[in-house]
Amino acid sequence: MNLDRRLFLKGAALIGCSAAAHPFMTSMTFAALPTNNRLVVIILRGAMDGLDAIQPYGDPMLAKLRRDLSAGPAAGALDLDGFYALHPNLAPLLPLWKSGELAFAHAVSTPYRDKRSHFDGQDLLEAGTGNDLPVDRRIGGWLNRLLQATPGATAETAYAVGMDQLKILSGSAAHLSWAPRAALSLSPQAQMLLEHVYHDDALFRTAASDAIRISGETGQMALEKGATAEASSLGAFAASRLNAEARVAAFSIAGWDSHANQPQILGRALDRLAAAILALKQGLGPNWGRTTVLAMTEFGRTVRENGSGGTDHGTGGTLIMAGGALRGGRAYGRWPGLAEGQLYADRDLMPTRDIRAYAGWAMRGLFNTPQDVLERTIFPGLELGEDPRILG
Amino acid sequence: MSAAFPQLAAIRLGFGLSPLMPPPQTPEALLAGLDNAGPGPEAISIDEASAMSQQLGDLAKARKQGVASAEEEYRAYNQQMSQLVVRDLQRRLVRAVDDPTGFGERLVQFWADHFTVSPKGPAQNPLALAFVDEAIRPHLAGRFEDMFFAAETHPMMLIYLDQNSSRGPNSVFAQKQSGKGFGLNENLAREAMELHSMGVGAPYTQKDVRELAELLTGLSYNAKGGFSYNPNIAEPGAETVLGVRYGGMRRGGLDDIRNALRDIARRTETAQYVSRKLAVHFVSDQPSDALVQAMAQTWRETDGHLTEVYRVMIRHPELGANLRGKVRQPFDLLVSGFRALGIPGERIAAMEFPQLRGQTMDVLTRMGQMWLRPTGPDGWPEEAEAWVSPQLLAARITWAMQMPGRLVDPLPDPRELMQTAFGGTQSEALAWAVPKAESQAEGVALVLASNDFNRR
Repeated sequence: MNLDRRLFLKGAALIGCSAAAHPFMTSMTFAALPTNNRLVVIILRGAMDGLDAIQPYGDPMLAKLRRDLSAGPAAGALDLDGFYALHPNLAPLLPLWKSGELAFAHAVSTPYRDKRSHFDGQDLLEAGTGNDLPVDRRIGGWLNRLLQATPGATAETAYAVGMDQLKILSGSAAHLSWAPRAALSLSPQAQMLLEHVYHDDALFRTAASDAIRISGETGQMALEKGATAEASSLGAFAASRLNAEARVAAFSIAGWDSHANQPQILGRALDRLAAAILALKQGLGPNWGRTTVLAMTEFGRTVRENGSGGTDHGTGGTLIMAGGALRGGRAYGRWPGLAEGQLYADRDLMPTRDIRAYAGWAMRGLFNTPQDVLERTIFPGLELGEDPRILG
Repeated sequence: MSAAFPQLAAIRLGFGLSPLMPPPQTPEALLAGLDNAGPGPEAISIDEASAMSQQLGDLAKARKQGVASAEEEYRAYNQQMSQLVVRDLQRRLVRAVDDPTGFGERLVQFWADHFTVSPKGPAQNPLALAFVDEAIRPHLAGRFEDMFFAAETHPMMLIYLDQNSSRGPNSVFAQKQSGKGFGLNENLAREAMELHSMGVGAPYTQKDVRELAELLTGLSYNAKGGFSYNPNIAEPGAETVLGVRYGGMRRGGLDDIRNALRDIARRTETAQYVSRKLAVHFVSDQPSDALVQAMAQTWRETDGHLTEVYRVMIRHPELGANLRGKVRQPFDLLVSGFRALGIPGERIAAMEFPQLRGQTMDVLTRMGQMWLRPTGPDGWPEEAEAWVSPQLLAARITWAMQMPGRLVDPLPDPRELMQTAFGGTQSEALAWAVPKAESQAEGVALVLASNDFNRR
């Protein structure tokens, strides 16, 4: 068979069989999801110190428990409402707060308690279960269960973005994964020869053809070096997919574990978060108005500053929300206070709400996911409770 | 497509063909190679691992107390402990690349995955290395029951599957500490039956899980005291697991546990489940019943003598009938690539950071197999589809284009490389394409990126 005929048949074969034969990696879309709303989940790995990111300086106890950290507007933080102030490195997000596209909830947590292990904490956050179930892939992640429960969802509906494993999307529902850095660069001859070699192997042929296509669609993104540029490229890539068929995207930003030198470590991590959110906003353009971003971390950090200018693993944490679909510019949740007797185990911010409730109500509003599916399947055993009405 | 045994043995049961050594010529030569896969001179013992984690703990404490010199010392040692993951990968690569038959190192990979553990943080890293050296390597060619016992009672497993925090509800310890949240943890007991022996479909009940969990109480580890059987935390009384009573008024501690695990290891469900898993890993994502039954029968006849079970598998016609039915996992692909290019183990052993991380750990991570970080206790997936998504295949192709130029000078002639790597088993499409590459580098990349090379 000559090459031209092979290449011609390749196109025909793709249309004919790829989707059916390869549920993991179909390049076909059977039906668009019946919504234009979009959800982005950013996992902040390493436990973000929410009390420093968004400083409750209006609580007089904060200054007593923290010598140098989180000193509010007096130390350069940006006042939000007279009680909370934004860390200086989040200044690029202040315009979003003012336009109602940024919000947060303090004192949130998963059901994870006491052992304070990053790994276990992240596992539970991504699995979305309670402590009663062993956490592993047989349960998969809660975003995957959202896909399973959403009529019309296809592999293109959700993207895991970046090089790391995202357990939050693992499970039986097909989704795509891609990292801007995975971009393939092949000479035309190499691509032609590779397509020839893969031609009779449907698994390789389909995956390569998808890889070349996604690379081609997104390859223009500048790949500058450095962690902030990397976070920015994750946001930009996610936006490009969400502008096409995708309605759900997840990626992670690491580097929050600020046991020492917190100003430097947290400052850099917040730069990355701000860059990712701004890249999403810029990339999404008009679609930003239908987008909700949830930035979640496995747990918070100790309320007291430690001896090396940092904070240690804690319990109650902070959810940062962004997006044009948000009813932002406000603090959600109940502030538990920092006085004696108000802390968890006399050291951590007391959780006052399950972080899954916010995610649950977001999905309820964005995808019309039924409440009983949220409480029984996506977050098994969770009571959603009162609607915090985070969406506009 | 039919291939001779030496080619099949290298490609399907080892890490591919190499210009530096001939493939094993017969099944017996292949099995004799298992002798090479025992613990090497680089092996780490539990005691050494404990000393290392204790050292790290001591430095962390000193640092917290503000000891001036401790900060730097702690950082240096913590970095060394963190890098152990990459060092572990390096030594595994070296042994695999240099193994003349390859089957032994492939089995190390298989069994370490069957008994998945994952260290959480630098202090646990040395234990993960000791796990393979002490629980897996010594038992590759022996009886399954010995590996089963060694793996389930190894400190790394006790930590990974929460046995270390399990307390008999009526133990001396629990009665003194009542109300403080110490209790039975069923995680290891459940996985011992569900993942490590009989399989989820086997006829065990929640009561069997609970009784085995109670029998396992007493297994204990900490870095200071090492491994011990601690009767204080053990549930008193006999336990009945799958209809057999273990222990009694005077509990035999470890012996009761050994007996229970031995009985489970010899059950027909275990013979069936583990035989099938071996066949899935080495022969086909969907092995025939005939192959699995033949292996399981030998298992039953020999009380799980693994070399006998392997022999049935490697002599079975299905081995030859399914050439390239499996996708090489990233670790296998890396080793096969080094071998095909004639890169010796000493070249990899000489690599230092940061090149070492870039050429090994980072590559595997991009291909979806982050070393020592499987997503759950069920280990890495077997099915081809899990390894060939657009992103993961892009990482394989990019590796094929970049690695040879960085590690080999001069590059081989792509046509010769094709001959070396496949021994004549390559597809017509590849044989057609390789000579048409625009450059030597692209020709070499085409061989390593081909589906022929990424399958086995």
